[in-house]
Amino acid sequence: MNSSSITDGLSTEYCVRRMEQPKTESQTSRKDGTMNQRIPDGMTRRHFMRHMAGASAWTIPALTLGRSLQLHAADLRQRHKSAILLWMSGGPSTIDIWDLKPGATTGGPFRPMSTSGDVQICEHMPQMAELMHHMTIVRSMSTSEADHGRGRYYMHTGYKPNPNIEHPSYGSVLSHELREGREELEIPPFVSVGGGSVGPGFLGMAWSPFTVTSGGRIRNLEMGIKDNRLADRMNMLYLIENNFDRQKRGSASQEHFKILEKTERLMTSPQMEAFKVRQEPQRVQDRYGTSGFGRGCLLARRLVEAGVPFVEVDFGGWDNHSGIFPALETKLATLDQGMSALISDLEQRGLLGDTAIIWMGEFGRTPRINGNAGRDHWARSWSVAVGGGDLQRGIAIGETNQDGTRVESEPYTSQDLMASICKALGISLETTFTSNEGRPMKIANSGKVITDLFG
Amino acid sequence: MALKSGEIAHSVGPSPQNKLTFDLPSGLSRCLMNLRGVLQSGRGRQLHGYIGTGMWLNSSTVQFFVRRHTVFAVALFGLCLLTRWVVAVDTVDDFGIPQVAEINQQIRGVWQEYEMSASPPATEGEWCRRVHLDLIGRVPTVHELDAYLNARVKTKRADLVKKLLYDDSYVAEYARHWTTNWTNLLIGRSGGTANGSVIDRAGLQKYLRDSFAQDKPYDRFVYELISADGSNTPGAAGFNGAVNFLIGKLDENAAQATADTSRIFLGMQVQCTQCHNHPFNNWKQAKFWEMNAFFRQTVVMRQFETGTRMVRVAELTNQDFAGEGGQPLEAEIYYELRNGLLKVAYPVFVDGTEVGRSGFVSDVNRREELAALVVSSPYMSEAAVNRMWAHFLGYGFTKPVDDMRPDNIPSHPELLDYLAGELASHRFELKQLMQWIALSEPYSLSSRMTRSNASDDPQMGNAPRFSHFYLRQMQAEQLYESLITATQAHKTRSSYEQQETDKNVWLQQFVSAFGTDEGGESTTFNGSIQQALMLFNGDLIKRATSRDQGGFLHTIASGNLSNARKINYLYMAGLARRPTQQEKFAANQLLLARQGDVTAALQDIWWAILNSNEFILNH
Repeated sequence: MNSSSITDGLSTEYCVRRMEQPKTESQTSRKDGTMNQRIPDGMTRRHFMRHMAGASAWTIPALTLGRSLQLHAADLRQRHKSAILLWMSGGPSTIDIWDLKPGATTGGPFRPMSTSGDVQICEHMPQMAELMHHMTIVRSMSTSEADHGRGRYYMHTGYKPNPNIEHPSYGSVLSHELREGREELEIPPFVSVGGGSVGPGFLGMAWSPFTVTSGGRIRNLEMGIKDNRLADRMNMLYLIENNFDRQKRGSASQEHFKILEKTERLMTSPQMEAFKVRQEPQRVQDRYGTSGFGRGCLLARRLVEAGVPFVEVDFGGWDNHSGIFPALETKLATLDQGMSALISDLEQRGLLGDTAIIWMGEFGRTPRINGNAGRDHWARSWSVAVGGGDLQRGIAIGETNQDGTRVESEPYTSQDLMASICKALGISLETTFTSNEGRPMKIANSGKVITDLFG
Repeated sequence: MALKSGEIAHSVGPSPQNKLTFDLPSGLSRCLMNLRGVLQSGRGRQLHGYIGTGMWLNSSTVQFFVRRHTVFAVALFGLCLLTRWVVAVDTVDDFGIPQVAEINQQIRGVWQEYEMSASPPATEGEWCRRVHLDLIGRVPTVHELDAYLNARVKTKRADLVKKLLYDDSYVAEYARHWTTNWTNLLIGRSGGTANGSVIDRAGLQKYLRDSFAQDKPYDRFVYELISADGSNTPGAAGFNGAVNFLIGKLDENAAQATADTSRIFLGMQVQCTQCHNHPFNNWKQAKFWEMNAFFRQTVVMRQFETGTRMVRVAELTNQDFAGEGGQPLEAEIYYELRNGLLKVAYPVFVDGTEVGRSGFVSDVNRREELAALVVSSPYMSEAAVNRMWAHFLGYGFTKPVDDMRPDNIPSHPELLDYLAGELASHRFELKQLMQWIALSEPYSLSSRMTRSNASDDPQMGNAPRFSHFYLRQMQAEQLYESLITATQAHKTRSSYEQQETDKNVWLQQFVSAFGTDEGGESTTFNGSIQQALMLFNGDLIKRATSRDQGGFLHTIASGNLSNARKINYLYMAGLARRPTQQEKFAANQLLLARQGDVTAALQDIWWAILNSNEFILNH
């Protein structure tokens, strides 16, 4: 069972390379021969390139060439699974948000509030309270990384930092696993909104986060010269690139080549319209709010709708070592608006069943309130919130003790959560990657599925 | 006779002292030149290996042959001489610098131990490009490159390194480059860029620039950064730019100041021990708090712009510390164990040295005490050497470079030790260390891997053996300066301050801060699509490839070089090499496609060069 899955993993990887290889070669051959070839009027460059590739290899059925990208996007919408990670950078105080301890000395001033689900949450999240029948809280997260950098890495990858290997983050893993049937997607499959996320590790730069501002602005998207000159420039560039690449100087050079191809694709793609958040009706924009986080959530919905398998929205400022409660009141209002708008919007568009939502930060915060009326880093007992996909809804899983300092039920880790998200998206937990040192690595670091998340 | 040839065979070892000491007849010499070419190529190395193992080591066979066949013996003798000569060719120049010889020997020792052979040397153009990028932060101009390539003296490498380090005309660029590196190290790329930040980025850079321009010894430099007090803003009374290192790290009882000082100057990552004992070694939680106690007299005084939260000027200063127990003569601090117990800490250095416990600055200036302990600690020299080595070779002796905890064994412990000792005994002159590394053999190797050393890839988790040059991307700042130099825009540059501001604005597009109190940040200048988009279409590239009157391309296009030489010039400026036949052909096609508009064709070629992996990678 195990060994066959390793082979499967390898052969998939191998197939991907094989598929890419002839493409590279056809471009190489194109380089010398077609220097003077012009793109016919009324055709985008990308479209033109397809014809060229088709003409030389005869492998792409003529039908795909005529197919409208928009049509295909509609296809993607119906068939494909996606995930949205709402990343609370800095370590949010989950004891004040999802797992309140009224009456305990560690409880803080916020009151719990009943919701549409079978859970109570913080009184400062009234709009989320009405949507909690779509979400589930895991109250028994227990991890051991309480340093920002390490926690960020651990929660994004399921692995503790190791100087000798870089592990791929959620976005890289999920977009890699959900790539099938998305061949027409020209937007990078892993978009990070408003933050840098964590990189692709051994999966390679092709699976790295494409970072944009919350307004969806992408710098330097246009060259401002005629398409035929772009084509000639690219030909010249690929020639130099290939010469260097053939000299066996290591992977950095090959990675660069892949990125060039993707960049060229992206520059001419009509799919990039998805980033234009401002095209949404004013009513919808208002629903999400004008905060960076709100706009980021709206952008996430647009991208998922366009077929992007993974979007991360970064919302920072949770590192409240001092004066935490007034700070939280402001932050929670923003969170409440953006997050509730996203969930209800996805629901109304029929996307929630195929879109997993993960709300988390690198860790929680100390139950004990410190001398500066703040809370410090705390990884031993904290909560995450998830929803959508095939996940169970409207409940809380696990519990902490009376003052929130200890997990009383079965504790869950980053890798357990990751395994559960994979399952919710129909990704096999037998999937195995081969790291660059040739070591087989199971998806989600062999985490065990949180069974209560599935009915 | 037999004895003699045996002797020679014996001396054909990898001794670096072998030198060719006799003249050869010209015909033979030509023949040997050819052989020398073969031997320097990859195939030659194999051949050399053959000779080494198959023939020389078995000296009894040699004696047998010599006794029986005198003619054969003479031939063998000739071959011995020849091999001896080949070995002389194969050994690498140490420029008469003992530290360079020592580096070469130790690095070679590890190759032998792991049975790998080194890649052939980099081309002269590649080496010249490399050393400019690493020492002064940009690629060489065509003029500099030509001067180097045309030099015919044996010491030309040493001459170039000396020139870049010591010649007056390079002081400004040298200082700028190292100021950039150290700014990023001390406060990150985003430090001091946010509105209302207490850090004055320009203030720190002014201090760093002065320090590097004056060749301040490293120990002095470290002492000043750790013990600094004064105002952060240039022009303010009592200005001391060095305060900007610590001034933004004093929140939360100076936890960040503690962690960064240990990490940057001692190569010790103590931040995890803030909350618990170290999981993998015997560092205790006390270690963090005892270091932390050194920073507890330190305070920041802010003056705001009236009616705003904008810091006008901030001052880092020392104040008497009463201690958390309220006894200034025994000014203690408390920290909490994981089980909730409170413990007491006083200032104690990582090696166990205690200083006075009084919180009165007049009794004990705790940061000055710490600074003195740091600069006299062997950890400081080791951390400096490790970082410098990583700067030139792409990887340090430990990974990460600033995590030199006892259980993180260095790849070349003796070399690290040796270089740290040499740095200390050369009055901590960083330029000496730079020179030793830049002239060493590992730094001179090609980035092309061979079959024998392809496994030497630290990216795959192996310890680095430095048997080939590790490919790496230019830093964003190196790219920026390189583009300016390559397009000769430096000749019409604005004031230094304006240049730095422009560069910072440009850099910020790649940086995103994590929004945590530790000032963590990530960059998209890492080979991402964003970076590719910037190089395809960004303003900087638009300017670099502009055809404006008087601009770089316009000047070349309207000059009286032949078209072939114009293209040649672009290749030298960007890639430090001439175009290949294939590239010449493609360039000519482009000229045709642009219907004789030479400037337009050059624009397209130049754009392609600047976007290539060969340009962006330090190789």
